[in-house]
Amino acid sequence: MPPIIETFNLTKSFGSNTAVDSICLGIEQGEVFGLLGPNGAGKSTLLSMLCTILKPTSGTASVNGFDILRQPHDVRRSIGIVFQDPSVDADMTGRENLQMHADLYDVPVIEQAARIKTVLDLVQLEARADEFLHAYSGGMRRRLEIARGLLHYPKVLFLDEPTIGLDPQSREHMWDYIRDLRKREDMTIILTTHYMEEADRLCDRVAIIDHGRIVALDRPSALKNGLGGDTIILGTKDSTRLRDHLIAAKISENVEVHNGEIRVMVVNANILLPRIIESASAAGFYIDYIYLTHPDMNDVFIHYTGRDIRHEQARGQLGKMAMMRRRRVR
Amino acid sequence: MSEIRGIYTLWLREVKKFLREKPRLINAFVQPLLWLFIFGTGMRFSAGMTDYNYQEFIFPGLVCQAMLFTAMFMGISVIWDREFGFLKEILVSPISRSSIFLGKMLGASTDVMLQGIIIFPFAFMIGARINLPIFLEALPVMLLITFGLVCIGLTFASLLKSFEGFGMIQTFINLPMFFLSGALFPLTSVPEWLRWVSFCNPLTYGVDAMRTIMMGEVFVPLFPMYIDIAVLLGFAVFMFGVGTYAFSRTE
Repeated sequence: MPPIIETFNLTKSFGSNTAVDSICLGIEQGEVFGLLGPNGAGKSTLLSMLCTILKPTSGTASVNGFDILRQPHDVRRSIGIVFQDPSVDADMTGRENLQMHADLYDVPVIEQAARIKTVLDLVQLEARADEFLHAYSGGMRRRLEIARGLLHYPKVLFLDEPTIGLDPQSREHMWDYIRDLRKREDMTIILTTHYMEEADRLCDRVAIIDHGRIVALDRPSALKNGLGGDTIILGTKDSTRLRDHLIAAKISENVEVHNGEIRVMVVNANILLPRIIESASAAGFYIDYIYLTHPDMNDVFIHYTGRDIRHEQARGQLGKMAMMRRRRVR
Repeated sequence: MSEIRGIYTLWLREVKKFLREKPRLINAFVQPLLWLFIFGTGMRFSAGMTDYNYQEFIFPGLVCQAMLFTAMFMGISVIWDREFGFLKEILVSPISRSSIFLGKMLGASTDVMLQGIIIFPFAFMIGARINLPIFLEALPVMLLITFGLVCIGLTFASLLKSFEGFGMIQTFINLPMFFLSGALFPLTSVPEWLRWVSFCNPLTYGVDAMRTIMMGEVFVPLFPMYIDIAVLLGFAVFMFGVGTYAFSRTE
């Protein structure tokens, strides 16, 4: 089966700034695919081109078998989009917003009411459906937008920062919806995020984007293992001798003592952990404590981009807040 | 088929929003009242027009004015849609740009027509000659005026990216078009230059046509009816083309 989304040297420049730099990418049917990167990395630009909102400077892509340049209307029919910024009409009720969407996307009239009910149930907004959006919280609006994106049962759903601005509880909820959706609808989901945890827990594969290029692309577990695996940290009274013992017992060569603790760098800690304990006990060492740390997506991100996304994020957030403030003042 | 459904839903949205906005409706109702009863009464007793009642004279002009202001405002509402993000939702839908424009145009035009129509009952209060056949005759002319005006508003909304330009529209479109349309004074007795500038204003032909229909024999039309209609029609078609073009280029 050919990939549902394929890009061919997709490039977008704004003046001298290349936002997306000849990206070649294949996304399989039914995947939850994450685009991870700091603000300004080119995630949203890439998404906008796939949604046919932006025309590429060069290169092209196909979505659901349709070319984004030659068949934009077929592409639009195949996709659902949830934008990063709100795009609902707050002067209308939730149901009216969905109704408009159903009309714009030509959902058959006889199916409309049932479909609207289905998606409202999915995001648990049925009870509030006939209220104006002015009365909705930010999280509710976001959920309504997701419901709207699903209304015409798209083959591919694009989510641009789906959980930005949501509280942790709503975020968990959102992840559940997204996982559930994929299972039920056989839908391909492409999301951009700068939350490491989101990329890690939700996505089947993650592409790390930096300066318009894909610097890494794999399953989250593979990306993390690619850093050389896990670290076992072990506390004992006689760390130096235990270190020598572990090396002699050929458990690992990467054993070092750091701050009085033994650190063992291993590829697969889950297998080695019992062997270390067994070997140490057999040799008469008393282990005070032992624990395991996995590299997280943040370590992966730092490894590939040389920067910590959390700092980037904080900076971006400040900019965003300033923008919102400007908006409100107007 | 899908395009027609899309146009319908965009039309419905405009009309619903218009009818829900109560303060605007009240404002739209009271403003012409002020013109008619305060400005109109004052001028009637000081301008010295003997051939006809001054209030009756400005009434068709005030209908046009209400439609002009509403048309600009509704057209500009596209900027609101852009500001609040809803325009994006429409623009990424499979509906073509020209259908979006048409849906918006028809929706705003319906609002403008409603706006024009709700003023008609005032005609009885000033003792103007009006009845159902006259009203029905005025409707198609109002529709022609409306189309052209709404397309002006939508064109500007497509060109302007923010609300900063909104005041400019008031100053450079609304008021000149209103003052230069002959809505408030007859163009027969003004200096040559003012007459010629007014003749360049499409609304002049709208006001003239409305007066021809509503005032009967006491009013001497500036142009025969067929010229008024031809200019209004030509202008509506032209602005529709310009508006569609401008809107299809927005991103």
